[in-house]
Amino acid sequence: MTMQTPITAPVPDPPLGDDTVPYLPRGVRLAHDHVRDMRVLLAPERALQLDPIGDAILSALDGRTLGQIVADLAATYGAPPDQIAEDVRSFLQGLIDRRIVFVRHP
Amino acid sequence: MNVQVPNLDSPRDFQGNPVTPGLPIAMLAEVTHRCPLSCPYCSNPLELVRGQAELSAAEWADVFRQAAALGVLQVHVSGGEPASRRDLTQIVAAARDAGLYVNLITSGLGLTLARLRELDEAGVDHVQLSLQGVGRDMADRIGGLSGSWDRKMQVARWVGEIGFPLTLNAVVHLQNMESLPEMIDLALDMGARRIEVATVQFHGWADLNRRALMPTREQAVFARKVVNEARERLRGRMVIDYVPADHHAQFPKACMGGWGSTGLNVTPDGTVLPCHAAQTIPQLQFDNVRDRALGDIWTNGTAFNAFRGTAWMPEPCASCDRKTVDFGGCRCQAMAIAGDPAVTDPVCSLSPLNADLHAQLDADAAAAAPDDLTYRRMGKQS
Repeated sequence: MTMQTPITAPVPDPPLGDDTVPYLPRGVRLAHDHVRDMRVLLAPERALQLDPIGDAILSALDGRTLGQIVADLAATYGAPPDQIAEDVRSFLQGLIDRRIVFVRHP
Repeated sequence: MNVQVPNLDSPRDFQGNPVTPGLPIAMLAEVTHRCPLSCPYCSNPLELVRGQAELSAAEWADVFRQAAALGVLQVHVSGGEPASRRDLTQIVAAARDAGLYVNLITSGLGLTLARLRELDEAGVDHVQLSLQGVGRDMADRIGGLSGSWDRKMQVARWVGEIGFPLTLNAVVHLQNMESLPEMIDLALDMGARRIEVATVQFHGWADLNRRALMPTREQAVFARKVVNEARERLRGRMVIDYVPADHHAQFPKACMGGWGSTGLNVTPDGTVLPCHAAQTIPQLQFDNVRDRALGDIWTNGTAFNAFRGTAWMPEPCASCDRKTVDFGGCRCQAMAIAGDPAVTDPVCSLSPLNADLHAQLDADAAAAAPDDLTYRRMGKQS
């Protein structure tokens, strides 16, 4: 008989803020659907079709903070940072609520 | 005058109406029916496929390549207990090689830390662990195997240690519904990203145990309340998917999101089904990947086309504005309750059979539930 370690719930992620790092956790990946010729996000029991904006946001989840991502997307697309910030936050928060995007401190 | 010559080779539903097959997204690969557990609601058919008849790993690899070329993005590697196959790692690796996202659906039994590490290496993307109940007494009794709870909890720890994303799949029914809050707590403690709370679906084995397993109306209300409260409390921590008992609902479930629309199921011997219970419909004939290409079966197979689209629907579905919402409900349930797979699912409040169904449910609920469960088992060797 071996001693079994008790199971304890992991610490919840911090709330999404400019100084936090949103990221795709293990088991969530971007892929190209060759049959339908579109970008998709594959996650546990989910396959989401991505439009170019969603693809651009998720492709930017490479370890940068939310603040940096917003600034870089605003520069790339020549759009007002406030508007980009709102779009990115609302898109990511929807995925965070579905446990498809995780958030950590840098 | 313009005469339309019908193309009799084009896909048609069972009444001869033309249908337009789409592309499948997900495939359930039941790699074996063998399982150390014998849950009395097993979704496998009453006639289980024996080990000798199973597709080889090489045959599965071919099926996965055909599935990916057909548009399938995710494969659910299931059983029986997939770990009952010694070549599970090869099967998983072949699915990843084909470009599929791999969900491993397991009871945990038969998995060791070493095997889990091999499966990690082979590319399992996500693990879905079944839960028969909370604690030794309930879990071992429902699973029909003493010691299964302890082994499952050990596997859950290893899954966490390796870091697989985890979904806990809690199957709920009359006998364990009260412990739903503890099931949710357990999933949270395991670090699960998701919990699926799935009420037993009454086909096959479960239908044999219907009176012992059918949740009461009060339990269905309780479960809804618990789920809604937990969703609110755990937003951003854990997702709760809930499959209610549609017997107690106003409208049926949108089974498979529409027949032959997004999913397909391959059984251990290569038979291709529109859903895992489709073999309960005796009027349908099923094709096998050993005889015919998967894409041809999907597009032209008579079983897949039988209930595609909405043109086959009888009233009250035909004139109902929900016909593209729930697709007339579940064909297998229509078969099981009405004896006709082509009628409106009798759990729908608009079905002419709905009043009789509820009278039966009330009578069953008023009588004492039977103590005995009929456990799943292989038939006698003939």
